Amino acid sequence: MPPVIELRGLARTYPGPPPVPALRPANLVIEAGDYVAVTGPSGSGKSTLVHLLGLLDAPTGGSYLLDGLDTATLGDRDRSALRGRRIGLVFQAFHLLPYRTALENVLLAGLYNSTPRSERIPAAVDALRSVGLGHRLDAVPTTLSGGECQRVAIARALVNRPSLLLCDEPTGNLDSGNAATLMELLDRLNETGFTVVVITHDAAVASHARGTIAISDGIISERTGAAHA
Amino acid sequence: MPSSRTGLPAPRLSARDAAAEAVAGIVQRPGRAVLTMLGTVLGVGAFVGVLGLTATGAGQISHQFTVLQQTTVTVEDNGPANNVAPPSTNPPIGFPANADTVASHITGVVAAGVWWPVSLPDGTKFTGSLALSASSSQTITLLAASPGAVRALGLKLVAGSPLTTYENNTSQHVAMIDTGTAAQLGISPARLASQPAIFVGGLPYTVVGIYSSAQRIVTGESAMLIPEHTALADFGNPLPGIGNQDEAQMVIATRIGAAKAVARQIAAAELPSDPARLAVTSPPNPQNLQSEVKSDLAGLFLILALITLLIGAVGIANTTLVAVLERTAEIGLRRAVGARPRHIAAQFLAESTALGTLGGLIGTCIGVGTVVIFALAKDWTAVLNPAYTLPAPLIGSAVGFLAGAYPALRAARTSPLAALRSA
Repeated sequence: MPPVIELRGLARTYPGPPPVPALRPANLVIEAGDYVAVTGPSGSGKSTLVHLLGLLDAPTGGSYLLDGLDTATLGDRDRSALRGRRIGLVFQAFHLLPYRTALENVLLAGLYNSTPRSERIPAAVDALRSVGLGHRLDAVPTTLSGGECQRVAIARALVNRPSLLLCDEPTGNLDSGNAATLMELLDRLNETGFTVVVITHDAAVASHARGTIAISDGIISERTGAAHA
Repeated sequence: MPSSRTGLPAPRLSARDAAAEAVAGIVQRPGRAVLTMLGTVLGVGAFVGVLGLTATGAGQISHQFTVLQQTTVTVEDNGPANNVAPPSTNPPIGFPANADTVASHITGVVAAGVWWPVSLPDGTKFTGSLALSASSSQTITLLAASPGAVRALGLKLVAGSPLTTYENNTSQHVAMIDTGTAAQLGISPARLASQPAIFVGGLPYTVVGIYSSAQRIVTGESAMLIPEHTALADFGNPLPGIGNQDEAQMVIATRIGAAKAVARQIAAAELPSDPARLAVTSPPNPQNLQSEVKSDLAGLFLILALITLLIGAVGIANTTLVAVLERTAEIGLRRAVGARPRHIAAQFLAESTALGTLGGLIGTCIGVGTVVIFALAKDWTAVLNPAYTLPAPLIGSAVGFLAGAYPALRAARTSPLAALRSA
């Protein structure tokens, strides 16, 4: 079984002038079932890495293998298909649609990836139950707390059972109590088999992961912590 | 269709899902949706209303023309070229003594006769009797009419009989009045057998007939008809010349379709020595009139409707563009969960098209309602051509689709990165 993520000299330089090497050529392997934190200060290149891993941006060098598939050679259709099925993205700002209920927000993840309509609702309800929001299916984001909103976003990310759960500062907009609850949820999801990558600048959050990769000035350092057994 | 490289099905957005997303996008901002639709509502409403009102009006005009105007020819006495009549008197009328008979010999003539409004001195009173207390009226038009003219007027008698040739030839003091005049002067149709009289400036006229309505000339006004020769004897010749209101005229009722032919022959038949003295008016072609109404009025209003539609399109385009800018985060999210640019475009296009269609539907309803209410108020028959009324909502769809094209393109081109950063 190929690793979920394999980076071979992956690089991203934003065209200038002057050109900005946001991510210098990097090599990285993340196996299935792993739980990795990517840490670094602001402007270190964390977001660039998230966008590349999430297939929202294309690298300017190297290659990125997702489930053993070289994404650099893929067209928009295939990259969109991978985003819709294999990657679950969680954002700092939640990105919930404000006028839709929790259930409808989760249903969005099945809208474009050819999931039959009949399967979408049960899957979305299951996902919301798994994050502890089975009782708030019809609540709109304005009536949900920040922690609940982020759990809805996580339910949306995991409803397709993706290969990779990619969380970009998931606790950035949460208080410490909600942040702790959320990290416990991510821990539990990892235990049920999800590969989790958390980008954070918060050491407490990073401590939940089995391994930590530091990034600074676009340079990815060696991994600390044991790889997944 | 499976994706070749990934082994995953290609991302897709079914028409049903796109429609559902569009409806959700509209209902979440109902107030804005209504305002956005307004231009389309007004444009399509104006379009349907203008075409309906024009068709309804034209239908009404053509109806009137086919029944009456289309069978009416009017001939006016313009007077002799060299007026040799003594001062303060009028020349003899231009029509021959046997004008009615001459006209009736022309094929297509149903009835024809000479008539004119009798010019009375100011203050002439019409009274039901000579008694001082008798009710009087000054609003009655006194008309001289030959027996043929009386027939051509198409009177509907309620009592008595029309003026006869005998009464005309012998200048009898008889008269016909309408029911309004009869009521005004206190003459009831039941009393006709007792030969009631009307005094016009002191001259008595025995009422021999009362009519309730007329098809020509005296429609909708109070009038008193006296025989032509009686009028000549009592009040002298009428003043000739078109437009002075008192000139002698001939009214001809024709068979349907014969008016043009009759109009061509009548002047020469009546006055072979000086046909130019008689001015003949034949009915306008109803087809011409209809198309004139259509081209003049409808053309103007349709341009107005088109401008309104254009404004509606700009409104939709503007709102959709604002919505695209406002929802960049949503666009980024949709891209993140697997949407392709074309799906984003389809969603916004579906939203604007749905808005346009809804506006078109409402506009069509308003347009149809306007036509129906207008027709009801006028007691007309509403005419709505299904060929342009039924597809009218599609105009709204087209407006919505075209208006949404540029914003949808903008939405599709929005980078998911920029979109996700924006929130």
